[in-house]
Amino acid sequence: MLRFLFSRLALIVPTFFGITLVAFIFPRILRGDPVLLLAGERGVSPERYAQLQHQFGFDRPLLVQYLEYVWRLLHGDLGQSIATKNPVLHDFAALFPATLELSLFAILFAVILGIPAGILAAVRRGSIFDQLAMSTALAGYSMPIFWWGLLLVIVFSNTLHWTPIDSRIDVMFYFPTVTGFMTVDALLSGQPGAFGSALSHLILPTIVLGTIPLAVIARQTRSAMLEVLSEDYVRTARAKGLPPRRVIGLHALRNAMVPVVTTIGLQVGVLLTGAILTEYIFSWPGIGKWMLDSISERDYPVVQGGLVLIAGLVMLVNITVDVLYGLIDPRIRHA
Amino acid sequence: MRKTRCLVAAAVFVASMSGAAYAQTLVYCSEGSPEGFDPAPYTAGTTFDASSRPIYNRLVQFVPGTSEVGDGLGLAESYDVSEDGLHYTFHLRPGVHFHTTDYFTPTRDLNADDVIFSFERQRDPDNPWYTYTPGITWEYFNSMSMPDLIESVEKIDDLTVRFNLTRPEAPFLADLAMDFASIVSKEYADQLQAAGNMAQFNQRPVGTGPFVFLNYQQDATIRYRANQDYWGTAPQIQNLIFSITVDPAVRAQKLIADECDIMPYPNPADVAMLDADPDITVEQQEGLNVGFLAYNTMQAPFDDPRVRVALNMAINKQAILDAVFQGAGQIAVNPIPPTMWSYDADIPDFPYDPEAARQMLADAGVQNLRMNIWAMPVSRPYNPNARRMAELIQADFAAIGVTADIVTYEWGEYLERSSDPNRDGAVLLGWTGDNGDPDNFLAVLLGCDAVGNANRAQWCNADFDALIQQAKTISDQDERAELYRQAQVIFHEQAPWAPIAHSVVFMPMRNEVQGYVMNPLGLHEFDTVTIAN
Repeated sequence: MLRFLFSRLALIVPTFFGITLVAFIFPRILRGDPVLLLAGERGVSPERYAQLQHQFGFDRPLLVQYLEYVWRLLHGDLGQSIATKNPVLHDFAALFPATLELSLFAILFAVILGIPAGILAAVRRGSIFDQLAMSTALAGYSMPIFWWGLLLVIVFSNTLHWTPIDSRIDVMFYFPTVTGFMTVDALLSGQPGAFGSALSHLILPTIVLGTIPLAVIARQTRSAMLEVLSEDYVRTARAKGLPPRRVIGLHALRNAMVPVVTTIGLQVGVLLTGAILTEYIFSWPGIGKWMLDSISERDYPVVQGGLVLIAGLVMLVNITVDVLYGLIDPRIRHA
Repeated sequence: MRKTRCLVAAAVFVASMSGAAYAQTLVYCSEGSPEGFDPAPYTAGTTFDASSRPIYNRLVQFVPGTSEVGDGLGLAESYDVSEDGLHYTFHLRPGVHFHTTDYFTPTRDLNADDVIFSFERQRDPDNPWYTYTPGITWEYFNSMSMPDLIESVEKIDDLTVRFNLTRPEAPFLADLAMDFASIVSKEYADQLQAAGNMAQFNQRPVGTGPFVFLNYQQDATIRYRANQDYWGTAPQIQNLIFSITVDPAVRAQKLIADECDIMPYPNPADVAMLDADPDITVEQQEGLNVGFLAYNTMQAPFDDPRVRVALNMAINKQAILDAVFQGAGQIAVNPIPPTMWSYDADIPDFPYDPEAARQMLADAGVQNLRMNIWAMPVSRPYNPNARRMAELIQADFAAIGVTADIVTYEWGEYLERSSDPNRDGAVLLGWTGDNGDPDNFLAVLLGCDAVGNANRAQWCNADFDALIQQAKTISDQDERAELYRQAQVIFHEQAPWAPIAHSVVFMPMRNEVQGYVMNPLGLHEFDTVTIAN
């Protein structure tokens, strides 16, 4: 198992350097100068421009800038935002819990609904439920997030007034941030109504962000279950008279889970991408808007730092999924 | 201990949210997040709304609802200006307390040391606060030429401070009323420096203003409580909450749903809907701004004033006002807005006359002209839809035989390329005033020093420049106004721009919100607001 783990971890090093290179080059390919953006319509004199270029280190050769950036990165310094002057890590740490909370709720929503729907569709293959579930999944998979989000807001927030329009909690609730998870902090605060308010604010963003993963997980579960259910050992288990619940729950499901876990792992990248749009629609104070703003402001340290942190997280999740494979299916770690 | 204090503060806030106090909470759906809470390093109005306006004061301040500096409205009870205009002496108001918060308790009142510190940290590269956080720059201080202008700031006594200037500068008082000149606490700075935690200065502010900072949840909410110790009239509301809502359509929906009490910058298309809502009042004010089309006067054929005037006469400004501003604005004639002192109302606009324009172009020897019109990629109060404006001008020019191609770039690139003296065609851009002084429009946008920079027309006219430079050195406002009027006449004759429009700024609010005073500089202040039950 350790050897398996090391082989996976060894892959991180070249991937990490690849990411730093992309994160460094990407904002510099885009035209637009952060110093001029800082000055806006007013402009900036050539002397002041040169002074600011020097202060931000943009006047040095690109290779020197890159090597210095990697060196600082290896020491845990992601630099300072040009716009806010805050350390990138500070802003990320302040905003990421909101994105993480939303992503967790979305993946929970997708798993809790997607796996049972996939199992049922497989067990009752060809039934109305199967056809309905798979058609809905296809529609969910094809739905543009922005359109879907706005539709839900118009129907449930603006028209029916069932759900709040945006943000994480009613502004009248105020308590110190302990975990950064609004639902948890609301519970810890002990304020009546706070937890309910935090939950109600999660409903629409969770549905919007969780729709695509839900569709993917449901389809993947169905297909994996169908494959496993046709295996000889399942037929044998049935022939031996085991109850259907035991055949499906114990013999079929565990083996069908390998591709499903892979799919769930891959959805993390999808969730973080989707979170950017979802956060914009619901004024959700996570890293999505922060990243978008940094690109339009050519705030190099934030773009670089954000990309590295997000890519690092996706890598971490993928490694975890790889390790989970090994646990679920011992053949993989010995392969 | 710190955590306990925080919890206590939170409990006090929550307790104050009940009953009558709840009704005295104003929720402002702001349009964006502040970059920080120390106003001096920043230039965005959104940041000033959240920092300098509620939390800080300045030595001198604008009369509410105007862009004129009022006597005795700021932290200086009075001031004297020397005969030669080189020395400004300010007499500070006694008994002004800095905010007491859960992270700072002042031991003394405001004094001259605070004023000197507030400027020295921006002026002196050797001051440890000059670079108190990496990457910090003092953009407004620099762009208002303060490093060259201020020779020294000296303490006469605890309550008297003198600014010595290198040259007479009439707009200096207006400059001091700007947000970068907010007065911060030296005692708080010293405490943070001793603790090695200077970055907190920008995150947990301490000022003398009408509201005390409580908490900022990044990109979500900012909370303040009323400063009951305020040296001026204490705010009527007890709590102020900024609910950050970036999308204007969502802000409008939240206002309708009573999730906020007041909002800035509605979509022009939403104004009629909001105005029709019986629970909502839409206040409006002429913005201190101008949107324009700047020709590159260094490039032929735009170096010929006859060509520029001909093109100006081809533009149907009323159609632009109707289509782009939804009628919410005023046709621009001069480079400064009509609400600004020294505006010359006697200058007539060029008539919209395509036939005469075509003839003028022919007289100037221009045939088959092909040019670029630059359309900004962003929306601004002075130009909510530059693409649409460019299309209308393109059609107007086509009517006189001029072929115009519309070009646009990403905003940073647009700003960069449009400043280039070798740039082609004509650029759509605009300006919102910083301090209500005509110099802030005429010198910044049309002065010879600004060529290759904010002067997008690349226009350097010796007579015009001499007038605005002379006006800077005179303290008498009537004399200055006369010089600026003469400068506007030259501008009109030379036509380096086609001034397009001055927009109207809307501020929708729930009917319960009373006493809100709109600020012509586009900032938002809530110390005069009351909430009717």
